[in-house]
Amino acid sequence: MANAFVGVDFYDVDSLLSEEERAVRDTVRAWVEEHLMPIIGDAYIEGEFPKQLIPGMADLGFFGANLPEEYGCAGLNNVSYGLIMQELERGDSGIRSFASVQGALVMYPIFAFGSEEQKKHWLPRLASGEEIGCFGLTEPDYGSNPGGMITTAKETTDGWLLNGAKMWITNGSQATVSIIWAKTGAIDDTKSIRGFIVPASTKGYTAKDQKGKLSLRASDTSEIVLQDCLVPKDAILPKSGGIKSPLMCLTQARYGIAWGGIGAAMACYDEALSYSKERIMFGKPIGQTQLQQSRLAEMLTEITKAQLLTLQLGRLKDRGTMTPDQVSLAKRNNINMACEAAREARRLLGANGILAEYHSMRHMANLESVYTYEGTHDMHTLILGQAVTGLPAF
Amino acid sequence: MKIAVCIKRVPDMDLRFAIGAGGKALDPVGLKFDIADFDGYAVEAGLRLVESHGSGEVVVVSIGPTAVQETLRKALGMGAHRAIHLDAAEVPFDGMSIATALAAELKEGGYDLVLFGRMATDSANQTVGPMAAHLMGLPCVTAISKLDIANGRGTAERQLEGATETMEFPMPAVVTIDEGLGRPRLPSLKGIMAAKKKPLEVKPAQLGAANLTVDVIAFPPDRPPGRIIGEGADAVPELIRLLQTEAKVL
Repeated sequence: MANAFVGVDFYDVDSLLSEEERAVRDTVRAWVEEHLMPIIGDAYIEGEFPKQLIPGMADLGFFGANLPEEYGCAGLNNVSYGLIMQELERGDSGIRSFASVQGALVMYPIFAFGSEEQKKHWLPRLASGEEIGCFGLTEPDYGSNPGGMITTAKETTDGWLLNGAKMWITNGSQATVSIIWAKTGAIDDTKSIRGFIVPASTKGYTAKDQKGKLSLRASDTSEIVLQDCLVPKDAILPKSGGIKSPLMCLTQARYGIAWGGIGAAMACYDEALSYSKERIMFGKPIGQTQLQQSRLAEMLTEITKAQLLTLQLGRLKDRGTMTPDQVSLAKRNNINMACEAAREARRLLGANGILAEYHSMRHMANLESVYTYEGTHDMHTLILGQAVTGLPAF
Repeated sequence: MKIAVCIKRVPDMDLRFAIGAGGKALDPVGLKFDIADFDGYAVEAGLRLVESHGSGEVVVVSIGPTAVQETLRKALGMGAHRAIHLDAAEVPFDGMSIATALAAELKEGGYDLVLFGRMATDSANQTVGPMAAHLMGLPCVTAISKLDIANGRGTAERQLEGATETMEFPMPAVVTIDEGLGRPRLPSLKGIMAAKKKPLEVKPAQLGAANLTVDVIAFPPDRPPGRIIGEGADAVPELIRLLQTEAKVL
């Protein structure tokens, strides 16, 4: 087996991190090495999220780690939070997705748009893994265009009556609580979109696995149906309002995904580098050939650029000046970069590269989902195009 | 229960390393540092003892330059209550020099137990624990794999070749820890944040005279390359001849 993963740091990026940030990174890296790497290949082939890992992740504080301590969270800065996502995705995009959804798409909206009672009730339970959350925004016909959603919430004397369907919901089947986005007004009124905290035990709420995935196999992806699903009046997130609210959540998640892409790329580069030095062909290591060195040099260069870009994004977020457009650039660049790195690593590994014993093809398949979710690569291209021209092309 | 755990900041020997230009120390370029492996087990043992007794404190102590504070904060992140940094420009190789400084700090500290890893993973001397015990006039049990404390006495197990030895000792005492007591926990993210607020006292290390110095460090010579003498049954006679005459194992 390969040696323990020690990261990729060609430009001494470590020296730009604080002691605390490095300590956080090291804890997550060690946890991934010890608990995730031995089981992830099997979990992927079985198509099962490794639920047994949840208590350990919660004990170490991986969920909502950048939210305040008063709600049972670790109160880390955003660079540390990003490093958690990087290390988790070094293991597997599905495991990072689980933590992203729990923290950025469930805990964050409760923190940002919830009442004090909602925060005090839900956040410690989500941080401890006692409750597992999911985020219901995307619908079968509304992915890149979430404002077009047709899920509705009608106010009645007894509470809010939800009707609709959500699709491609990470953690959906195992979630005990869901943040559901629905229109409270006319179907073309995006300003009427509000968030609701919906326990999975609510009558009329059903979730079922989406079968047949060839990517993110160690992650739950589900369809949620809401049929006359009645929740109390205080289930609404009082400070949510309009499509901007779920988009703010997505900015948080995309920020973590940008870091995650570096982790997946580092895993592939590390595996390819190690393999290139051990695999003998034509009497010498394949790492001694120009073609494979070209692959490695390209991967190393792109990883290093992404590390510096993303660290600066984190510093901007900690300073409070980060813009959604800047997040789009990082998500677009890093996930595309990781897709390329995974593909090149798999090719360098030759026939062995298609085995689950190695990691690059699993990352390669996972990253095709990451390329598409949380704003497709193409949508982020258009967001950047709009940002620099002022002219929307979508 | 009041427990001191002495920890050393050492290079991660699992990574590739080189010998420095003078030939007396490792080249510091590219080295990553961490708590010495067995010292991590000692911190874990201390934390478990205090947790199982419901009260007490674990004090971590380390000697060295300012950088050792990072290692001390890692132990604080694991759950130790406070730290003492005995400041010294470098850590001498001579165990007695180190033990003198530790004994001066710990002797009047009122500790029930002083824990060490059974050896530091860089110098591998296995001397500092027993030497510090001697200087403090305390009993010392080395390389233990199990530890119980009850009624002011300790019971420890040591793994011998093919046997287990159980020892009893009065407290206070010095104990050096092998792996058996439980893997060191990772510092939780909350623990890392809390560590910044825990007390970390800095004092000059009162090192004893260093009578031992490293003369030279050298890597073992490369093993000679293997040789293929032929294939199939035709090669057997030559193989037997070489095993008899060259390798001299037959």
